[in-house]
Amino acid sequence: MGVDMQVPVDSDRARARCRSHRRRILEVSQKVDALHVAPAFSCLELVDAVLNYCVDEPVGGADAFILSKGHGAMAHYVVLEGLGVLDPSRVDRISQSGSTVGGHPDRGIPGIIASTGSLGHGLPLALGIARGKREHSTPGTVFVVMSDGELMEGSVWEALLLGPSLGITNVTVIIDHNGSISRGDIMKVQPNLIPVAPKLQAFGWDTREVDGHDTAAIVEALRSGSGTAPLAIIATTTKGKGVSYMENQPIWAYRSPSPEEYQVALSELVDPEDSHA
Amino acid sequence: MRDAVARAITEAARTRDDVILVVADISPAASLKTFLDENPTRIVDVGVSEQAMIGMAAGLAMTGLRPFAYTIAPFALYRPLEQIRVDLAYQDLPVVVIGVGGGLSYSALGATHHTMEDVAIAGALPNMTVIAPCDPLETQAAVTGSFDLTGPAYLRLGKSGEPDLTAAATEPFVLGRIRQVRAGSGTALVGYGPILELGLRAADQASGRGVSPSVYSAHTVKPLDLERVDTILSTYDRVVVLEEHVHRGGLGMQVQARANEIGSTASVVSLHLGDVFLHTYGSKDDLLEAHGITLESVTDALIGRR
Repeated sequence: MGVDMQVPVDSDRARARCRSHRRRILEVSQKVDALHVAPAFSCLELVDAVLNYCVDEPVGGADAFILSKGHGAMAHYVVLEGLGVLDPSRVDRISQSGSTVGGHPDRGIPGIIASTGSLGHGLPLALGIARGKREHSTPGTVFVVMSDGELMEGSVWEALLLGPSLGITNVTVIIDHNGSISRGDIMKVQPNLIPVAPKLQAFGWDTREVDGHDTAAIVEALRSGSGTAPLAIIATTTKGKGVSYMENQPIWAYRSPSPEEYQVALSELVDPEDSHA
Repeated sequence: MRDAVARAITEAARTRDDVILVVADISPAASLKTFLDENPTRIVDVGVSEQAMIGMAAGLAMTGLRPFAYTIAPFALYRPLEQIRVDLAYQDLPVVVIGVGGGLSYSALGATHHTMEDVAIAGALPNMTVIAPCDPLETQAAVTGSFDLTGPAYLRLGKSGEPDLTAAATEPFVLGRIRQVRAGSGTALVGYGPILELGLRAADQASGRGVSPSVYSAHTVKPLDLERVDTILSTYDRVVVLEEHVHRGGLGMQVQARANEIGSTASVVSLHLGDVFLHTYGSKDDLLEAHGITLESVTDALIGRR
């Protein structure tokens, strides 16, 4: 199981890899009209951490990964590209005429086991996979990345209540807690959603709270499960993380940057060694 | 039909190692006791959580199991419809959603517990097979046949105590094929689900009045056996479609559309539930009567008086 592999985290390399992922997402954003850039930037370190350090194999192994916040698809695609699972030429043509890779994950794309995009589906699916593993006597953990806004879906609470009730411990939820939904600040719409952790604890989950852009901290939390309860990680993140003008600006949930904006964004994502050159 | 589905699932689990039940707070204890005794871990009771029932069933299917998701029909289909659409149909996973108490079975409990439009709704979903057996025998055959499917199915059942109608049927049950249950001539009655019992009684009545209808069970409502529909439309002068379902999206509308499409000269009469929620209660016959469906009205349709 992934949690036993204990691949050490080189924070500098992880940061460089995620900067590269962000540049790649921006590159693709220049080829298509609208891309969920900011939601992908928000969960990028989370997806990268799970697939690089926690699952036994990025695809087809004992562990499994579901991006329940399907609108973060670009994060998943570029991490899969980086792992050699998904052909970049398919991502280059995302959502274009004849393309078989679109704006949300679709079961059957290499590395993608669940069609998400409608919120609140990933966790019940994960419980089913985890429960199925018990019947097959196969090991493995199912990792699910959700958005915090997704927690407003009733199906999520059915599953949060049900998982521990069924004694399922091999599901790990990572909540991309950027504090915002399409229309803005969660605190203005559903202030009672926050704080998240006590609610999950009351439902029988072990919880950890981490900086959702600190790969080492994320991986440490992912590896800290007790084994007696399923683990939920509340990862504090910034929507649009890494590009100053995108951070916490709702419009970037949907917009692709103009050529000028693209250059500004790239200049903020330069690797340190390059900036000295 | 409740017992028949339990028997069939129990039988299947004796020769297959991939059968698992996901139920939402329903107590099939009596009929499923044998299954539970023989397969104690092969049931997941999710409580009153129908969305989780479908999502979990999809996840179980992803691991290679063949889940049956089982609860009362409106809660099996309508409550988690988006899970059925995305998790099962879009991903094309082999989960059978069993809706027990379909149609007006729970006649005393009000429209919250009725499914009058489920065949249309489930049938509109790509990849979905819709099966509505007319009796316990067809229910068992439908469960057995469902293992040949590679995608999801909605199995619409009555509740309990339905008589076997097809023990002496003139044709066997084959999933996906309309079967003749009784041979006659001139007029055909085509239906699905337990209301076929009323259709058979009406056919008996009609026989006393000089008309001897053939009776067909269109248990697989989707994909509809159009080849057989065409044959029926070209063989009989009069085709009466009987269903415990609203007209829109039901079998009657499809048979009428097909008749128009192929230029059939048969007169097609559709007997169906009204486009209305009842606020009256009583027996199922009482509710069918409120929708205009009685032994007399079906008989009249068969002998050409409507």
